[in-house]
Amino acid sequence: MNGQIVIETQELTKVYGEQVAVNHLNLKINQGEVFGFLGPNGAGKTTTLLMLLGLSEPSSGKAWVCGFDPTREPLKVKRVVGYLPENVGFYEDMNAAQDLKYISRLNGIPDEISRRRIEELLRAVDLQAEPKKRVGDYSRGMRQRLGIAEVLLKEPQVVFLDEPTLGLDPDGSNQILEFIQSLSRDKKITVFFCSHLLDQVQKVSHRVGIMIKGHLVAAGRIEDLAKEKLGLGQERYTLEEIYMKYFKEGQS
Amino acid sequence: MKGILAIYWKELEDHFSSTRFILLSTLILMVSLVIAFMVGSGLRDELKDVAKPTFVFLMLFTFPGKLFSLISFIAFFGPLIGIVLGFDSINRERSDRTLSKLVSQPIYRDSIINGKFLAGFVTISIMFLAIVLLISGLGLRLIGVVPGPEDVWRLAIYVLISIFYISFWLGISSLFSVIFRSMATSALAAIACWIIFSFAVPLVASPLADAIYPVDQSTTTPDPELLVQHEQARKAFSLLSPMTLYSEATTTILDPLRKTTQSLLLMGPMERLSISRFQNPLPLRESLYIVFPHLISLIAITLLCFAISYIFFMRQEVRST
Repeated sequence: MNGQIVIETQELTKVYGEQVAVNHLNLKINQGEVFGFLGPNGAGKTTTLLMLLGLSEPSSGKAWVCGFDPTREPLKVKRVVGYLPENVGFYEDMNAAQDLKYISRLNGIPDEISRRRIEELLRAVDLQAEPKKRVGDYSRGMRQRLGIAEVLLKEPQVVFLDEPTLGLDPDGSNQILEFIQSLSRDKKITVFFCSHLLDQVQKVSHRVGIMIKGHLVAAGRIEDLAKEKLGLGQERYTLEEIYMKYFKEGQS
Repeated sequence: MKGILAIYWKELEDHFSSTRFILLSTLILMVSLVIAFMVGSGLRDELKDVAKPTFVFLMLFTFPGKLFSLISFIAFFGPLIGIVLGFDSINRERSDRTLSKLVSQPIYRDSIINGKFLAGFVTISIMFLAIVLLISGLGLRLIGVVPGPEDVWRLAIYVLISIFYISFWLGISSLFSVIFRSMATSALAAIACWIIFSFAVPLVASPLADAIYPVDQSTTTPDPELLVQHEQARKAFSLLSPMTLYSEATTTILDPLRKTTQSLLLMGPMERLSISRFQNPLPLRESLYIVFPHLISLIAITLLCFAISYIFFMRQEVRST
């Protein structure tokens, strides 16, 4: 980690009507880091992601992604950021290569370059075996791997993954998690990873942020949070214990 | 621009390979060919005694035959093509959860709706041109009259007007696909619009005009000024329907013997006879002058529909859930 900040938010706020979805969020994420973003459903994780991508306009506050302001220059942000939405959908009638080709055209990648890249990616996510299979016939794990391939097609500096392992079997989610780790380790890609599967987050994240009701209640390395919340003496701790402490405090 | 093109090619491919497109175009093609065949063989008998018929080739499209003419068939069922191509363009992406993926690619958000509309427009153009050419080919064999340059020009203008007319319905159904989340709702809304504009508006035009300018039916000498006002009001109401707009424009352009889009009021038998006996065809320029306002209005309402859906789409929040 060379410590360069790739994502920064200052007092980022989003209000929907009466409800404050994200409340004065301050966040800094370094390059090459795997940042686990935790929180119960409806805590404002996805809203934060959408604001960082320029898909949703913040009510107040500022954000920078790779030096660009997503509200002002959304296209520049989208060029360097890959986003895998929760429960992503596909054009069911295409096969994996066709799907990736469409995405690469949308990214303006010339066909000569994309052809090679698609081949490499299909091998990397282990989908090369049945090239003619329709995406509609894919299993959940295969779809999720294809989604990751789509995200990596543009060779991003940052990837946003929203619940990438939700509903996968242990084997499938392990595959994805290992892939996430290799992205950060080998390619120095920053991974911003929303989930509420705590053991998985603990396994791969360098740092975590816990968001409850729009507030970022904690952010830092898991060991530091453990010290702060559970006391020094505790040798064995899980992220779940820390999380539940914060969660209960957040509720009251 | 790259974004628009990528979406345009993908959508065009989808349109031409979709089952519903193939079904619909086969249906329309078959009906058109049947009508053309009937009209073609009817025309021979009809024109047997006419000394020097003019613009015979165009009559292939305007001659009512036994049931209805080709242009009135297209006026009624053309909208279906537009509706079928557009009613799920945006909300399918939403329900398939591909929209959030699409908008997170480095393309302008309007490329999505522009590319889709462009693809629909081109699909309509190709399909309609193919149908007209096929009918022309069949007509050539059936009636054995080669179209002159003016016939070809008139036909080309007819094709242009029709493409805009069908695209108007594409615009309407795309608008509903942006507004309504459910595909069934947007399809129903578009069909409701089609029925209102095609059947209801022409029907209520007369009663509405009666209500505003009541003409006393009991007197034999009604006030002529009132009659004119009544007629103008009726016409204004019926022109609210794009179908009336379209039928008037296309019959004028394809039938050079028609000199006005107004239906003549209180025409006596002698006048009718003189009109049918002693008139000359209108030059193409003059026909164009008559339909120009119609053409402009058609393009305007098409663009208006598209603009409204554009605005709605640009303002919509994109949430994946």
